[in-house]
Amino acid sequence: MHRSFFAQNPSVLWVIATLAVFTVAVTLLSEVTGVDVISTSFVKTLGKTLCLCLIAIAMDVVWGYCGILSLGHFAFFGIGGYAIGMWLMYARTEVIVIESLAKQPIPATPSEISDAIGNQIFGVVGSSNFPWIWAFADSLILQLLMVILVPSLLALVFGWLAFRSRVTGVYLSILTQAMTLALALYLFQNDSGLRGNNGLSGLQNVPGYGNVSQATISILFFVASAIALGAGYLLFAWIVSGKMGSVVKGIRDNEARVRFLGYHVESYKLFIFTVTAIVAGIAGALYYPQAGIINPGEVAPIASIYLAVWVAIGGRGRLYGAVIGAAFVSLLSSWFTGGGAPNINLGFYVIQWTDWWLVLLGLSFVAITLFFPKGIGGLFDLLVRKQS
Amino acid sequence: MFRFISLALALALAQLLTAPVGATAQSLQNILQTHQDEVLKPGRRTVSVVLDDLVASGLPQALPFLEAWRDREIVQRTSDGLFFRATGEGASFILRDLDTDVALDGAEQLDMKEARPNGGVRRAIGDALVQFRLSDPDIAKRQSAVEAIARSMEASQLALLVGSIETEADPAMKKVKIRLAGMLGALFADTIAARITAIEGLTGDLSVDVRGALNTVLTSTPQVSMALPEDANIAAVLAIGEDISAVEAYDRLVSADLAPTLILNNDIHTALVANIQGDAVGGVPVAALDTDAARQVAYDTLAADGIVLARVTPDAQAQAVAAHIFYLQYSETNPAITDVARKVLTAIETKVAVNQSIDLGLDALSLASIYFLAAIGLAITFGVMGVINMAHGEFIMMGAYTGFVVQQFVVDYTLSILIALPLAFAITFGAGVAMERLVIRHLYHRPLETLLATFGISIALQQLAKNIFGTQARPLTSPDWLDGALVFNDVVAISYIRIVIFVLALIFLFLILYVLKRTRLGLEVRAVTQNPGMAASMGINPDRINMLTFGLGSGIAGTAGVAIGLYAKVTSEMGADYIVQSFMTVVVGGVGNVWGTLAGASLIGFLQKGIEWLNPSNTLAAQTYMILFIILFIQFRPKGIVALKGRMAAD
Repeated sequence: MHRSFFAQNPSVLWVIATLAVFTVAVTLLSEVTGVDVISTSFVKTLGKTLCLCLIAIAMDVVWGYCGILSLGHFAFFGIGGYAIGMWLMYARTEVIVIESLAKQPIPATPSEISDAIGNQIFGVVGSSNFPWIWAFADSLILQLLMVILVPSLLALVFGWLAFRSRVTGVYLSILTQAMTLALALYLFQNDSGLRGNNGLSGLQNVPGYGNVSQATISILFFVASAIALGAGYLLFAWIVSGKMGSVVKGIRDNEARVRFLGYHVESYKLFIFTVTAIVAGIAGALYYPQAGIINPGEVAPIASIYLAVWVAIGGRGRLYGAVIGAAFVSLLSSWFTGGGAPNINLGFYVIQWTDWWLVLLGLSFVAITLFFPKGIGGLFDLLVRKQS
Repeated sequence: MFRFISLALALALAQLLTAPVGATAQSLQNILQTHQDEVLKPGRRTVSVVLDDLVASGLPQALPFLEAWRDREIVQRTSDGLFFRATGEGASFILRDLDTDVALDGAEQLDMKEARPNGGVRRAIGDALVQFRLSDPDIAKRQSAVEAIARSMEASQLALLVGSIETEADPAMKKVKIRLAGMLGALFADTIAARITAIEGLTGDLSVDVRGALNTVLTSTPQVSMALPEDANIAAVLAIGEDISAVEAYDRLVSADLAPTLILNNDIHTALVANIQGDAVGGVPVAALDTDAARQVAYDTLAADGIVLARVTPDAQAQAVAAHIFYLQYSETNPAITDVARKVLTAIETKVAVNQSIDLGLDALSLASIYFLAAIGLAITFGVMGVINMAHGEFIMMGAYTGFVVQQFVVDYTLSILIALPLAFAITFGAGVAMERLVIRHLYHRPLETLLATFGISIALQQLAKNIFGTQARPLTSPDWLDGALVFNDVVAISYIRIVIFVLALIFLFLILYVLKRTRLGLEVRAVTQNPGMAASMGINPDRINMLTFGLGSGIAGTAGVAIGLYAKVTSEMGADYIVQSFMTVVVGGVGNVWGTLAGASLIGFLQKGIEWLNPSNTLAAQTYMILFIILFIQFRPKGIVALKGRMAAD
């Protein structure tokens, strides 16, 4: 008997509903409606967290369902951020430059304008010429296309090379880690054309919306992030639920057996790897306008390892687990490192959480891996079992 | 002029040394009295008179007087105008007679006038003294005099230096002097033949100052003219578009006043702004001036009215450049000298290039040994046991901090390093064993989760180190005898620390090979890694073996940490810097084989140095390309350089 998608996956409805209620609630309680219970900066934190949840479910699909422990998905996240950041920075600088050139006695020529923009953006790395990768920076549509195209191309090429030569397991993890390290090192160079160590900044200002308050912009991005997360969740739930999902899970459990059954394992892996890379890119494109700044440190290998840890803590192989893990750990992290947690006075020593939080976090990874291999999501299993 | 005087002075003083004291009845004080004003307030010109007379007198006490004069210790007594040497202040103020060096009693500071030679005069006196010291009996003084000449390199120094060579007793110093005289001769010898001989004498000398001297001989200046001058010594004729761009060429024409200045967009802009009349410039409305073409039209109208200079058309530019010839002209007029100098310099540069590649090879070797040291522990835990230990880098860090802590208690650096090496092994061995027992043992059947658990341990240990030792880098000081470098010649040198690291890497390699292949433990380790079940049924306890193996790998990482700490800074993040490279080293080399790790480290080290050599300004780019190369390499050899064959290879 054929059952509908939602009947097969009741959890999807629950997640979407929760997300919708959460989004509406945050919007109503924000500064925009005048209630002002949730500050603008916290709305931004929540919006960023939703983006992290989005890349976490992508990670869950690639690792928890397909068995590829990618330690490089933050590279795609960063590329998405850089792609949108280029437009934001270019367009905003253009507005400023045109404004200041308008004060001259005679109107500015196009080349004067582009020189002045180049000076503004690249002066910090001692250059004023536009590198070729900025060729499309003046067009929002093209840069949005880049958010999707560049990660998917990189994932396609990298994945094709790696899966074709049957690099698997730990080797693949180290290879993906090398990929994100290479990207980070490349971006750190001053002549990479992306302002080296300085990264792109001022991304919180949306050009053309100079009069709109940050409170409104933050809510817009928050809602957009929520919609993206919802859409991404639906997409991935659909991918992993059908016949394709079974093949993918089969690859995770025993790749050789699936291959002998006649499936072209490499194509499935490549598809999953590329789709998740695209979603990671979109998540990054939504994240960095809320963060306001992106620099090469964001794509350093450690970020991708953290991503794997979120998914592990939330519970691999279940999409809502990834959402819970990412939200739980990143919010808890900002609570502890932001000085929100009260210090503990032991009499002889005061535990300051800004110093000890990472120790606690590290040890809890160990504890969770050892004692709760199913993560926080595993708790739901207990609930369901009790009911039945 | 002045140099000549000081040279003559110095020569005279040099002779003085051997002349019998008291050959003349004249006293120093008498000479000074005849030049009271010049001694008290010497100027660049007036000082020469005093110096001349001092030289002519041939007095031995002139030398200490010159030193005192330069050091502003000469004073004049106002009451009788006599000069003295004054030292000390207040109660310890002492006056000494200039001729007899006897201290005067009851001198007072008050009625003294100080002689205050200015900077230029003091330098001149100093020069004279330097040259005088070339024959000083104290070798340290001769050394400093030679160094001073090498710094300034002036024509006047040549004769003096040559004169001092014959009497030089110390053979090493003699060599230095001869070499320096060769360089000075190449630049300043009187006859052309002498200069050519001097230049040829420099053949094969790799040092930077010899190359500098030859380059000075070959100094050339860019020139431009309608035709090549007949008599000039031409270095090269520049081809437009190859050696020099058309734009640069035109700029040279402008600066040589051979062509009118270019009117740039900025100039047009300024001229237009200055000439706005009403709402138009040159007949073009201001609002329409938003393209370069419109601006040029407006500017040309202004130029036609004679208000501004006319623009130079691109055609006129090209014609002007084509009508002239651009060349480099040697400052040295004699072609014979420049030819020889160029030949010698080319030969030297070829030799330098060869030596540089040897130096690069040594650099690569030491980088490879650092990678090897960082990865060798992993070669056991990851390579042999298959455990992904993300905390491996933190074991390196623990070893380095052990070295730092030991140095806080043991002041003798040699001893402290000797204590730290085994202590670091013991501590990280313990930590490794504890980690294996508590965490890794439970995860052998879930290898990817080992990665997460050990990553957790890694960030906890890192933060713990930060809490204990702070965020700033801690020094791990190497013993004095490790300072400096083994110098082969002016190009090839390798620091002793790098040699030690290389030797340590070799020791570790053979130690591990010995343990794995020649001991009971090694046999059991190999048995357990090949087939734990079978090994267990043979009476081997796999738990114990795994624990010991992991401890061994960790302990080696800790010992390597001490060595790496000597070379790099000790911070809580130092382990994280090496972890990705270490894993790549093991994977590239081939898992499960210590030789493979050696091959991987060599490949990565030499590759990185090689790419750096192609683009020396950018080490980041070198690392990026190296990683890209590794990614590609693994595509084609997924099992690494030294791949296991047969049953061992099956996962």
